[in-house]
Amino acid sequence: MKPISLDNFEFTGHEAAKLGDLHALDAHDREQLLMSGVDVEEQGRSGSFLHMDHSGAYCKTNRPGVEILNIKDALKKYDGLPEYFWKLVDPEKDEATRKARDVLHGGYFIRAEKGAKIEEPVQSCLFIKANKAGQSVHNIVIVEEGAELHIITGCAVSHQTQESAHVGISEFYVKKGGKLTFTMIHNWGENVAVVPRSAGYVEEGGQFLNNYVLLRPVKYLQMYPTITLGGTGAVARFNSVVVAPKGSYLDMGNRVIMNAPDTRCEIIARTIASGGTIINRGHIKAGQVPAKGHLECKGLILGGGVIHAIPELEATVEGVELSHEAAVGKIARREIEYLMARGLDEDEATSTIVRGFLNVDIMGLPDKLKQVIDKTIAESQKDMF
Amino acid sequence: MLHIENLHVKIGEREVLKGIDLHINPGETFILFGPNGSGKTSLLMTLMGLGDYAVTKGRIIFKGTDITYAPTYERARLGVGMSFQRPPTIHGLPVRHLVRMCGREREVPVERLARRVNFDQFLERDVNAGFSGGEIKRSELLQLMAQQPSLVLFDEPESGVDLENMALIGREVRSLLQGEDTPRPDKSLEELKRARATSGLIITHTGYILDYINADRGQVLYNGHLCCEARPRDILEHIRKFGYQECVRCLDNALA
Repeated sequence: MKPISLDNFEFTGHEAAKLGDLHALDAHDREQLLMSGVDVEEQGRSGSFLHMDHSGAYCKTNRPGVEILNIKDALKKYDGLPEYFWKLVDPEKDEATRKARDVLHGGYFIRAEKGAKIEEPVQSCLFIKANKAGQSVHNIVIVEEGAELHIITGCAVSHQTQESAHVGISEFYVKKGGKLTFTMIHNWGENVAVVPRSAGYVEEGGQFLNNYVLLRPVKYLQMYPTITLGGTGAVARFNSVVVAPKGSYLDMGNRVIMNAPDTRCEIIARTIASGGTIINRGHIKAGQVPAKGHLECKGLILGGGVIHAIPELEATVEGVELSHEAAVGKIARREIEYLMARGLDEDEATSTIVRGFLNVDIMGLPDKLKQVIDKTIAESQKDMF
Repeated sequence: MLHIENLHVKIGEREVLKGIDLHINPGETFILFGPNGSGKTSLLMTLMGLGDYAVTKGRIIFKGTDITYAPTYERARLGVGMSFQRPPTIHGLPVRHLVRMCGREREVPVERLARRVNFDQFLERDVNAGFSGGEIKRSELLQLMAQQPSLVLFDEPESGVDLENMALIGREVRSLLQGEDTPRPDKSLEELKRARATSGLIITHTGYILDYINADRGQVLYNGHLCCEARPRDILEHIRKFGYQECVRCLDNALA
């Protein structure tokens, strides 16, 4: 599959109106948001951010200790964010980054203040409503020293059939002893092309935990977020759950660069091709000791498709401990029979096994979001068998 | 409860069961002996409808229904329950969730049942992931307790189990088959026995399980044939003394 051309999309002229309240969205859009982890009631959320088409539509902070701004406002407030803006991603990297450098529609700036333990997640959504729209955002997340923050961010289109493109730059900074849990749920459509460019830097004793869920079709997705563990004892963990139905082409993976001693990382991906194509990359690079990393790509092909797993380990010093495990398999007959012996029919048994394989539970998401994800998995199973 | 008539079963080209006739009455526990490779596990697998076991002749009637070719889940829903000897690991499926599903529409008191088999610490673990021999047995028992089958197929309840666990497993197998072990002054023993409707078909090598349960009848399966029906303890004693040689002779006579 050829990379998409961003020139086919309109990067101007789709400024959305500001929303006083997330309830102002119509029922259809609210539903789309819900699928992306955004609760319009804002129950159990420390704040909300909504970017629609070419502009920010809603931004609200519900707790002290967490700052949520439109990136444009943050750039003004903090004199262009010289320590953070385009510091981890090179604007000259490729067509997507150049587009994001030339056109900035918005994006979020979320910062947890020093020592602030923000228990309830901040929710955010990057939403595309207009057909043919090209959306370009730049997000910056900063977790200051000793702070803790969970961001649930969804990306969605209003209508699954519309054509659009999304370019998103995200830069994550986890300072000394900080902890960032970043959960991203992609809910694009069958004609949407998506090229996020993300990078993060984790300081001494910091933790970056990343959850990624993609269950709905997307025409083209290409991303390879890179996290650098720059301080002693830093930790990164990626959990990805990905389904590629017919028409989806995904080229995705995670990279961790272990640049300090006592660092640990784990990259775990569960992928199902149900007619689509998944290129599942993974790369751990370690140049300091002790360093311990594990990379795991497990895939199932159910109902056709392609899975191409490319795990890479790169060690440049004696004493690192890196491992990887890649497997593309099928659902074992024995497992289905075992569950059938407990009274589950074949479909129930198979979907129970698939749900277990995807294992969203380990992400520790809020109940309501977990229910929505379970429902989406159940729906996506009709393509699999 | 269970009627097996002239059952012939093949795996591929090889006939593993060669005309089995077996009747198990409601509430009766039947013990199956036999050396390795004699077809015991094949019989249980065939009764549950698992694996590549093809019935070539005969039938299996359970509670009046012909289940010879029924799918496994239909047998399970009719009331056949099986304890697997080497169950597969199911990643991402916590024990708690599976136990709940075993009850179908019935609400299952998962915690209470789990405590009985000393398994409440395992409810959040993935099914069979890294379980020891004893843990597998307790997990299987827990699932059966939730399932409430009327016929329990048990493949070697004692295999891989230490002595301490054996007592617990023996007690719970007994309770699964015979109900709670509390005296009922208003009922005679005979009445109680008739009231319990759970039947059992148990494979044992060592016979340890016989210390815990009231087994009514037993038989030896040898080379795909059933022979030598007797009281389970007598069979066990005989096998301990003479091995299965006697069965061969007996079988030769029967087939001659």
